[in-house]
Amino acid sequence: MSRTVLNCGYVPLVDSAPLIIARELGFAAEEGLDLNLVRQPSWSALRDMLALGHLDAAQMLSPMPVAMSLGLGGLPAKIDNLMGLSANGTVFGVSTRLADTLGMLPFGDPNLLLSALITRDLQPLRVGVPFPFSMHRLLLSYWIATAPDLKVEIVTVPPPRMADAVADGHVDAFWVGEPWGSAIVGRGVGSILMVGRHVWGFAPEKVLAARHDWIADNPDTTRQLMRAVYQSARWLDLEKNKPLAIEILGRSEHLNLSHEVIEPAVTGFLTLSQGGTPKKIDRFLMFHNHAASFPWRSQAAWIAGQLGADATGIGRAKQCFRTDLYRENLGPIGADLPGASEKIEGTIREETAVASSRGQMILAPDAFFDGRTFDFVAIAGE
Amino acid sequence: MSSQAVRRYLTRMRKDLRILVVESDSAKAKNIIDALLEAGWNDVHAIAQVSGLEQSVAKHAPDIVLIDIANPDRDTLEHIGAVSDAKSRAVAMFVDQTDQHLTQAALAAGVSAYVVDGLQMNRIKSVIETAIARFQMMRQMQSELDAAKRALEDRKTIDRAKGILMRRRSIPEDEAYKLMRKAAMDQGRKVIDVAQALVTASDLLT
Repeated sequence: MSRTVLNCGYVPLVDSAPLIIARELGFAAEEGLDLNLVRQPSWSALRDMLALGHLDAAQMLSPMPVAMSLGLGGLPAKIDNLMGLSANGTVFGVSTRLADTLGMLPFGDPNLLLSALITRDLQPLRVGVPFPFSMHRLLLSYWIATAPDLKVEIVTVPPPRMADAVADGHVDAFWVGEPWGSAIVGRGVGSILMVGRHVWGFAPEKVLAARHDWIADNPDTTRQLMRAVYQSARWLDLEKNKPLAIEILGRSEHLNLSHEVIEPAVTGFLTLSQGGTPKKIDRFLMFHNHAASFPWRSQAAWIAGQLGADATGIGRAKQCFRTDLYRENLGPIGADLPGASEKIEGTIREETAVASSRGQMILAPDAFFDGRTFDFVAIAGE
Repeated sequence: MSSQAVRRYLTRMRKDLRILVVESDSAKAKNIIDALLEAGWNDVHAIAQVSGLEQSVAKHAPDIVLIDIANPDRDTLEHIGAVSDAKSRAVAMFVDQTDQHLTQAALAAGVSAYVVDGLQMNRIKSVIETAIARFQMMRQMQSELDAAKRALEDRKTIDRAKGILMRRRSIPEDEAYKLMRKAAMDQGRKVIDVAQALVTASDLLT
């Protein structure tokens, strides 16, 4: 039987792992897919290629399908999130120059960090993010909104250029995904002060996206793709597989990154400043555990809310997170399905067992640093 | 847009647009600039971008930015477009392979982005002309839309001002309008300015 060729766009990052492993370890082939991974130079290029039909599917930043559903940025195309590819995995840090003026700060305390940033005179603070519609930018905006006195200028810097931008003073601070945070630390030009989950405990990071119409026209290929990626993500999150995962990702032509820069994100052992001892950060990056791949509609709603959507926009955003397909396509291969497709974001403070089809679902903390909770249940999906 | 419409538009095209070329390969950049100059555009700058693209865009304030589709800095341009006036700036893209389907799809979708094969000299000119023509059409449509919106707003303000005069002075509508027009002529101002002043004053007094 000949395999279906599927062109899937990606931006080379450590959290592209579920796609790369799906191909390299044969999870895609087992489903009858020839998963052709097409490297993209930028998020805007990837988005355009997907919207124009040059890619069948793509790894996207979780806010991208939501932004498109709201008509923000780029082409008018209906793009759906089939499932999450990863949760968390981003870091915030400052240039070495700025770190020196801030003095000693405890790691991972968003409130203290804000107070320290406000008291320094050099303003505005220039912070580099990878893309306007990224979880990095949304978490940054959410966090600094609690300190109206802090003037911040957000600039988009392609992640491979972030270390240069920090080094030459183009930005004072950065919010990036791996390996680029570790690359900045490795060059000694900046240090990591907190990670994404210190602001939001469980944030959807990358998603598997496809055009709404393409999904409707290709139900079989959609199912094959989702199952391959699901198996790959499950394999990746098993502790015993991590050394092999690092080995495969390091050899892969798709990433073109060395083992050393892949390791921190996969193992969760991050070096925070040059010469420091790696620190274990729990739930730094998840592909499968704690329902990381479930496209919670309340996450879509939160993103839409942060992008300034009204109730109609939030309803539309919910619709593009395809919990229906997740249930339909992954339930039969044993995925544990939560009883509800939405939750009140921000209420979980410690690991909590919730009602699920197989009774094994334990959700990880999803609290926000300021203790706020978000209930969008009253807003119906369109 | 049909090719005929493009051609028609090209004949009327202005050549005073400011163009910024983002290209790190200096030979490539020179080729593009030569093609632009030859085609009649002479306000052209090139930058070999590393990390200060944003400042360069602010400094040159280009009408159009030309960038290779493979250049990761495209995301930065996207951001600048989103925070500034997105509709007033076009981004044309270059790729290294001819792809008619993609080009057509991009045009049909209404992007002001464009695709050209391998930066061949003979194609650059026509592609840039098409991209710019398209951009100008879009900008014209936008400015027509803005003008229509403004006219509607002005109309509302004038109606409110008329209503105020009619109530305060117990005069019919046409007389209220004549009164505003006379005040405008006497003061060398526009009717909408007089109406606006009246509405503002009335809001303050009540």
